[in-house]
Amino acid sequence: MLYLRLFYEFFKAGLFAVGGGLATVPFLTDIGASTGWFTNAELANMIAISESTPGPMGVNMATYVGFEVGGVPGAVVATVGLVCPSIIIIIIIAAFLEKFRSSKYVDYVFYGLRPASTGLIAAACWGVVTISLLTILSTEGAVVTFSLNWQLLLLAAVVYACTHLERLKKLHPIVWIALSAAAGIVFQM
Amino acid sequence: MNIYLDLFLTFARVGVCTFGGGYAMLPILQREVVEKKGWATDEELTDYYAIGQCTPGVIAVNTATFIGHKRKGVVGGILATLGMVFPSLVIISVIAAFLQNFADNPYVIHAFNGIRACVCVLIFNAVMKLRKSTVIDLPTAVIFLVVFLLSAIWGVSPAIIVLVCGVVGLALKLMQERRGQKGGDEA
Repeated sequence: MLYLRLFYEFFKAGLFAVGGGLATVPFLTDIGASTGWFTNAELANMIAISESTPGPMGVNMATYVGFEVGGVPGAVVATVGLVCPSIIIIIIIAAFLEKFRSSKYVDYVFYGLRPASTGLIAAACWGVVTISLLTILSTEGAVVTFSLNWQLLLLAAVVYACTHLERLKKLHPIVWIALSAAAGIVFQM
Repeated sequence: MNIYLDLFLTFARVGVCTFGGGYAMLPILQREVVEKKGWATDEELTDYYAIGQCTPGVIAVNTATFIGHKRKGVVGGILATLGMVFPSLVIISVIAAFLQNFADNPYVIHAFNGIRACVCVLIFNAVMKLRKSTVIDLPTAVIFLVVFLLSAIWGVSPAIIVLVCGVVGLALKLMQERRGQKGGDEA
């Protein structure tokens, strides 16, 4: 029964949360409030861990909550519940797209979608930059006071330069992630 | 290697290398799926992200399902997604069981600050790469810029942006087509 409930709750989160990992947070808050499985403070800890471990955040959070509620089977059930709606919806859309792939109208729609999608990813990148490299001190109306985190900015500049060197270009991104983690520890960033 | 196993393992690798949300997955996908495996093109990735952002669910999962489905139908879509969530299941279960204070550990905090700075750059590089194949003329450049501002500054919902830009793309192309036909008739 517990597992059924877990599946149902996360299926719902997967079905109604549009726009990635952070969009699932309000649903998790609801789950905590309605089931009493975890408090808001515990949820905050789970989100922090989900952000700082490998894997997409939304998936990590589902796994974590599931594990806390019902051990390893709980983790599996919650995660499968979360991804089920995506799998069903995307497979329907993918099949539809395949069928109409030769239509020039689909091409026309994507002509507008592709730069939009790139713009959205650029905006998400900007969001990560502001969270990671700037510390917002205060916001008064449109006036935002912030301080730059120089150490991290320098690290970002070094990584940028390295990823554009002809010799190092081919290295796997995980190499840069691992080196940056090491730099973070060594220089106590 | 068996293609199904390959799908599962490739996406498990993508899952391990992703720190953050679906956007942090983009540079890893470009390397593993576009460059190494040739399972999708940069253009297709942007298409999947566009759809993944305005359909329910975690963007990373939506994208994995898309690519898996393109390779090997429904089973491929499911296997790619399972592969991607597999590392999360293992890592989070271990942390939840043994390392309750994981997020408060100073080493973890320092390491993660470094990782975040790095991920910024990796996503930026990925966007620059995508831009080459998606921003191809003046109208697409305008769409890119307007969408960036709407989303970054005013936080307009991606779902609305994607819908409107799809319609705009269709309208622009139809207008071009009509103009082209007229030109043809006159000549």
